[in-house]
Amino acid sequence: MNATESVKAIKGGEFLIRETAAESIFIPEEWNEEQLMIAETCTNFLAQHITPNLNRIDEQEEGLMAHLMEEAGNLGLLGISVPEEYGGFGKDFKTSMLVTEKLGAGHSFSVAFSAHTGIGTLPILYYGNDAQKQKYIPKLASGEWKGAYCLTEPGAGSDANSGKARARLSEDGKHYLINGQKMWITNAGFADVFTVFAKIDNDENLSAFIVEKDLEGLSLNTEEHKMGIKGSSTRQVFFNDCKVPVENLLSERQNGFKIAVNILNLGRIKLGGGTIGASKDVISLAIKYANEREQFGRPISKYGAIRYKLAQQAIRTYASEAAIYRASQNMEEATDMLVESGMDEIKAKLKGTEQYAIEAAIIKVHASETLDYVVDEGVQIYGGMGFSAEAPMDRAYRDSRINRIFEGTNEINRMLTVDMMLKRAMKGELDLMGPAQKVAGELMSIPDFGGAEEDGLFSKEKKYIAGFKKAILMVAGAAVQKLMTQLGKEQEVLMNLADMLIELYVSESLQLRVEKLVGIKGEDACKEQLDIMRVYVYEAAERILKSGKEALNSFAEGDELRMMLMGLRRFTKTEDFNTTQARRNVAAKLIAENKYCF
Amino acid sequence: MKILVCISQVPDTSTKIILKDNNTAISSDGVTYIINPYDEWYALIRALELKETGVASDVHLITVGKADVEPIIRKGLALGGDEAIRIDAAANDPYETASYIAEYAKSVGYDLILCGKESIDYNNGVTGVMIAELLDADYIGFAASIQIEGNTAIVNREIEGGEETDTCSLPVVIACQKGVAEARIPNMRGIMAARTRPLKVVTPTAVAPVAAILSYEMPPAKAGIKLVDPDNMDELVELLHSEAKVI
Repeated sequence: MNATESVKAIKGGEFLIRETAAESIFIPEEWNEEQLMIAETCTNFLAQHITPNLNRIDEQEEGLMAHLMEEAGNLGLLGISVPEEYGGFGKDFKTSMLVTEKLGAGHSFSVAFSAHTGIGTLPILYYGNDAQKQKYIPKLASGEWKGAYCLTEPGAGSDANSGKARARLSEDGKHYLINGQKMWITNAGFADVFTVFAKIDNDENLSAFIVEKDLEGLSLNTEEHKMGIKGSSTRQVFFNDCKVPVENLLSERQNGFKIAVNILNLGRIKLGGGTIGASKDVISLAIKYANEREQFGRPISKYGAIRYKLAQQAIRTYASEAAIYRASQNMEEATDMLVESGMDEIKAKLKGTEQYAIEAAIIKVHASETLDYVVDEGVQIYGGMGFSAEAPMDRAYRDSRINRIFEGTNEINRMLTVDMMLKRAMKGELDLMGPAQKVAGELMSIPDFGGAEEDGLFSKEKKYIAGFKKAILMVAGAAVQKLMTQLGKEQEVLMNLADMLIELYVSESLQLRVEKLVGIKGEDACKEQLDIMRVYVYEAAERILKSGKEALNSFAEGDELRMMLMGLRRFTKTEDFNTTQARRNVAAKLIAENKYCF
Repeated sequence: MKILVCISQVPDTSTKIILKDNNTAISSDGVTYIINPYDEWYALIRALELKETGVASDVHLITVGKADVEPIIRKGLALGGDEAIRIDAAANDPYETASYIAEYAKSVGYDLILCGKESIDYNNGVTGVMIAELLDADYIGFAASIQIEGNTAIVNREIEGGEETDTCSLPVVIACQKGVAEARIPNMRGIMAARTRPLKVVTPTAVAPVAAILSYEMPPAKAGIKLVDPDNMDELVELLHSEAKVI
C-alpha cells in the first residue's frame, strides 16, 4: 500500500488492500441546497403527519397507514429514485439515501415506506419489461398502489432459495397457478401489488411474479403480533391455485433468486440510512431529556456518566454515517461509469450496487447495531421514564430490534462479508494474496520501531488503519491456509473476520470524512469531529485485537500462534490518550446545541 | 391580478443567540435560517391559493438581502411562486427594507402585496405599513382571512375582544397572521421546478436607514418559581409586594 495506489474510486472490497484519498469520498456535510430542501420536506412530513400519530399508527387504525403513504406520495417521496418517464423524479442514489435517512425516524411508517419504495417497487422497476413498468410503476411512485414483497416462508428464511412455493402453467397456457405460503410480509394488509417468489415446477431456482391483490386464490392471514414496529402491517400471504397471468412473470424463469439478492444489496445499505436517521432522532431526544431532567439539583446532562453515553451514541452514529455515504457515492460512481461505457441504466445500477455488496453488508450490520446501542442507552438516560410506555424511548427500543433481523440477519451479513471477499479473491477480482504474503513477510522481519514519523493531523490514525488492514490480511490469510475448505463451517472465525472488516471499513470512512471536513472548514471548526475520530479509531483497534485473538487462538498453535499474536498486537497498537476528555468535548457540544448536531 | 409576497429570512426558532462585536451584532455562526413563518405559512400560501383558484395570475416573491438569502427565496419558489426578486442590499432597518420593496413594486405595479404581520427576529411589524405608505396604498394589518372579489379585498382581522371585517379596493398591502392559510410542505415537483424559475437580482437606489441598533442585551436568566400554599394568601401578597414589586 503506498500513496500512488490511492485512487479516486476503489472497487468494492478493495478498501482492505488499498488507500482512499479523502477528497474522493462524499461526506454528508456536502449536501447541496436542493438536497437539503428535500431533507427538510421529509422532516416536516414526519413532524406534521407521523410523529403526532405514532400511537394511532401502532394501533393499526383502519386505513391510516395507507393514507399516510398516499400523503408521502403526494409530496413525491415515493418516487424519488423512479425515472421521470415512469412518474418519478429520477434523483440520484445519494438523494434517495438521504430521504430514507430522514424518514428513518418515522418508526413503523419508515418500515412501510422502505418496503414500498425498495422491495415493493424496485423488482418491477429493475426487472420488469416496459409493459409491466408502464402498468405498475407510475401508480407505485404516486402511492395510488402500495407494494409488498413475498420471499420468506415458514421454512425458508435466511435460506431463501429453499422455499416450497410452486407455480405451474395452467392447461390453457394463459396463467401460472401459484401455491404456497409466505410469511413476514411487510405492507401485506394494504398492498395492491406483491412481488412473489416461487419455483416453477421442479426448477432449481426461484422465479418472480407480479401478483395483484384481487387475483383469485390470494388470501391474507391476520396481523402478526410483534415486539416492535407494531404499526407496520405484517401478515402471512396464502396462494391457493392463485391465477397469475403469464405476462406477469418478472424477468426470466429461474431469475428470481438473482432478483432477490440484488434487491437485498440495495435494501441493506438503505436500511443503514434509515437506522442512522432513527439514531440521530433518539440521540436528540436523549440530549433534551438529559438537559431537562434534574437530580441532586442539577440537570443530569452535567454528570459524567450521562455525558459518556451521549458522546458514545454520537460517536458511533457519526462513524456509521461516514461509511454509509462513502459507499453510496461509490455505488453511484460505479453506476455512472457503467452507463458511460454504454450499459443500460438499470443494469448499470444493479451492477454498480452489486460491486459494493460487501460494503452494503458491512453497513447493514454496523448501522443496525449502532441504533440498538443508541436506543439502549436512550432508555438508560431516560431512567424510569425510559421504561414507561408514556415516553418515546419505549417505542424506539422495541422498534430498533428488527433491524438486526430483516434484510438478512446480521449473522448472515457477517458471513456474506467474508464470503464475498474471499470469492472475489479466488476469482482474481481482488488481489488479497499479494498483500497477505507481504504482511506474512513483515511478520518474519524486524519490526519498524519508529524512525521518521510522518507528522500531520491524521498521520496517527492513518498509520493505525494501515495496521488494521495488515492485521486482517494476516488473520484471514492464516485462516484460509489452515482451515481451507473447512473455513465456511467455522462460523465463529467468520464472525471474527467480519467484525474486523467492519471496524476497518468504518474507521477508515470516519477518518476520511473528518480529513475532508477539516479540508473544507479548517481544524478549528472541526474539533469535536476530530475527537469523535480519535475515540472511535482507538476503540476499533481494541475490538480488532480482540476479534483477531479469538480467531487465531481457535485454529493456530505453538510458535506460529505466538508469532501471529505478536504481529496482531503490533498491527493494532495505538498510542494511549485521554479518551474521557475527548468524549466530554463531544458531549459538551451536544448538550449546548440541545440536539444531535454533527 | 399580480401579487407580490414579501419574504424575510429569519433564524430558526431553536437558534441559540450569541452576541458578538461588543454586543453590537448577533453571530451568524452555526445559525440555521428559515423563511419568516408569517410570510411563508400565511402570506405566501394565501397568494398561491388565490392563483390556484384563478383569482391571481402571477405570484412574485421579493426579499431584501445579499446572495446568502437565496436558499430562502428558492424555497418560496419550491412552494409555488412564479418568479423571485432579490433586492441586492443588506438592509439595516425596516424603513430601508420597505423603501427597496416599494421602489420595485412601483416599477411593476402589483394589485396586492402580502407580508407577514411581523418577522420573528426583530418583531418590528412595521415593514408592511411602511410599504403601503411609500406606495400611497391602503394597508390592513393582522389579517386572519383574505377574500378577493373583483377589485375589492375583504379582510377579517382580529381586534381587541373580537373581529372586524374590512373591505378595501385594490391595490392594498395586507399583513397576515394565523388563520389566513394553512402551512404547506414543498413537494418534489416544486423543489425541482424551483431551480428553473426566474430569480432576478435587482440593485436598488440606496436609501439611508432611519434607525440604528446601538447594542443588544440578553434577557436576564429566569428566576426560579416560588410555590406558595393556597391557604397562605398573606405570604403571596407579601411576596408580590416586596419581591415582585407588582402591588
